[in-house]
Amino acid sequence: MLEIENLHAAVDGRAILNGLTLAVAPGEVHAVMGPNGSGKSTLSYVLSGRDGYEVTAGRVRFRGEDLLALDPEERAAAGLFLAFQYPVEIPGVTNMTFLKHAVNGLKVQRGEEELDAMQFLKLVRQKAKALGMSDDMLKRAVNVGFSGGEKKRNEILQMAVLEPAFAVLDETDSGLDIDALKIVADGVNALRGPERSMLVITHYQRLLDYIVPDRVHVLAGGRIAQSGGKELATRLESEGYAAFVEKAAA
Amino acid sequence: MAATAQTVAQVRDLGKYKHGWETEIEMETAPKGLNEDIVRFISARKDEPDWMLDWRLKAYRHWLTMTEPTWAMVDYPAIDFQDIYYYAAPKNTEGPKSLDEVDPELLRTYEKLGIPLKEQEVLAGVQGAPKVAVDAVFDSVSVATTFKKELESHGVIFCSISEALQNHPELVRKYLGTVVPYTDNFYATLNSAVFSDGSFVYIPPGVHCPMELSTYFRINAKDTGQFERTLIVAEEGSYVSYLEGCTAPMRDENQLHAAVVELVALKDAEIKYSTVQNWYPGDETGKGGIYNFVTKRGACRGDDSKIRWTQVETGSAITWKYPSCILQGDNSVGEFYSVAIANNAQQADTGTKMIHLGRNTRSRIISKGISAGRARNTYRGLVRMGPKALNGRNFTQCDSLLIGDRCGAHTVPYIESRNRTAKVEHEATTSRIGEDQLFYCRQRGIGEEDAVALIVNGFCKEVLQELPMEFAVEAQKLVGISLEGSVG
Repeated sequence: MLEIENLHAAVDGRAILNGLTLAVAPGEVHAVMGPNGSGKSTLSYVLSGRDGYEVTAGRVRFRGEDLLALDPEERAAAGLFLAFQYPVEIPGVTNMTFLKHAVNGLKVQRGEEELDAMQFLKLVRQKAKALGMSDDMLKRAVNVGFSGGEKKRNEILQMAVLEPAFAVLDETDSGLDIDALKIVADGVNALRGPERSMLVITHYQRLLDYIVPDRVHVLAGGRIAQSGGKELATRLESEGYAAFVEKAAA
Repeated sequence: MAATAQTVAQVRDLGKYKHGWETEIEMETAPKGLNEDIVRFISARKDEPDWMLDWRLKAYRHWLTMTEPTWAMVDYPAIDFQDIYYYAAPKNTEGPKSLDEVDPELLRTYEKLGIPLKEQEVLAGVQGAPKVAVDAVFDSVSVATTFKKELESHGVIFCSISEALQNHPELVRKYLGTVVPYTDNFYATLNSAVFSDGSFVYIPPGVHCPMELSTYFRINAKDTGQFERTLIVAEEGSYVSYLEGCTAPMRDENQLHAAVVELVALKDAEIKYSTVQNWYPGDETGKGGIYNFVTKRGACRGDDSKIRWTQVETGSAITWKYPSCILQGDNSVGEFYSVAIANNAQQADTGTKMIHLGRNTRSRIISKGISAGRARNTYRGLVRMGPKALNGRNFTQCDSLLIGDRCGAHTVPYIESRNRTAKVEHEATTSRIGEDQLFYCRQRGIGEEDAVALIVNGFCKEVLQELPMEFAVEAQKLVGISLEGSVG
């Protein structure tokens, strides 16, 4: 599904990723863990094509395509979704309107027929209900005045509606209390399937108690310092990142 | 909605400015230039009463003593007022006629613009679509007015001002020039001398106008100035909602549009006046486009009266207009909701004046300015609390949004308070369209231009939601179209 090979990337001329290699097969959920400044968020922005994140070497294949050659909206159309660490506010634009533009924007790019108002409404209501979100929340402006938990839940709603083949969850657990975390994790787990892969970026092992990964990678110094099964996350929780950071720096 | 679908199709076909085509039709024009004979010609052509001609001539003579205003933050080469046609009319449309007699070429023009002039089409239109009566002004004359009979049954008069001068001269004479006198300002005075047509609306006491009224202005002829005059009178306890729309062909030369709109609201009356202005803005380098120098003013003459201006200004090379309210009646209310978009080389200097004279008068100003390209966008507004405007209240909010780094936004508020009980509030913000917002939209699959349109529409929402529903949809699309090419 996703193959990252020897990826190097820089922000403002400063190297952040230094030869990252990672492959995720269809249906798999991988976790990327690492200390602050290890390049976790940079990885999510490089994959989604944000301006200012310059790829200096390496390649990324996504479902057989050269991902790095695509514009952000084309990557979305190819099936890539990023759940933002800090979801952005768009005043005056309701969640409903935003989702409709997104759904139909993807459909137009894929050469599919756009949903009409009724079909769309039905789809969104059903997905929102599954996540325990009220109609009222759909009518509010995108993320404006949302609590931290509401914002993250809103990201998961968008993911549920857009049904991406590959989702990157960038510190989706940050700022969530335990109840909100459970709700978000349940939403994510409901979307797991044999054709959908996920890359769960997180600082803490806590999230991985709820979203159980197939593989865990430790990111340090801009590359994967170690990979393993889910037990690696538990080990990290007790031992900390220090050993990996030192190893990466050496 | 059919009109919307059509608009979308037209946009696809015609590129950036969708109304840039020209209608080939035989025109009758007065000779180029301006002198007393031209004023007499226009008046004679319309078979006007003598008092009307006298008024025009007084205005013309006064105009000769005036100089063009230069205080607005706009630059343009000097206008040669002798190089303009002051009267242009499609041949064979002398005076208003029934729709059956209107030149089919003209009907096609309005059809292409998405303006339904055939009543049966409106009636047979989309289920639940509200009826809208239309007065269509083509260059200097009104070519058709729809739903007249139905309106007449309610006592509502909706016709061209030329027709009103024939059929209701006493009403026109009573109110014309009482809000914007012929001495008011350079362009209003010019308009008073040479105005060719426009709409007249009269709502009798206690009548709630049963449908939206609208005028659709189209400049077609080359080198022609358009000088329409609109007069709306709402008698005691009446209500009317009125909308004007405007387009013009793409031409390399600049064209002058100097209109005057006067509103009179008597006791307990309410007038909503909405504008979707989409005159040709000129090309990307600033060549061509309409000079939109317009005077719009409403008088809340009676107690408890209310006037609301809503404008969406996306077109014109230069926009110079300040729809204003004179709050004479006690407890009267004036509102101004504005979206002004300037892209490429467009210049807009627009705002409002709220003149509080009566007691407990209230006004509200919401202005959203969007600048892109190399455009310059200025909000200029005056709030004046007179000595007798006890407990007068004003709230002003001016928000500017910048797209790119070569455009400019300016806010010039003037506040004059002559009594201690009045309260005036002014809030202003300036922001850039966020890279984070654009990226967020694009990551969800929304293309860059669609994302800009979405974000800007959100920014303007407070204003757009004041428009009648069916026009709000058009306006939202227009916002997107007028900002095409502003990013990337």
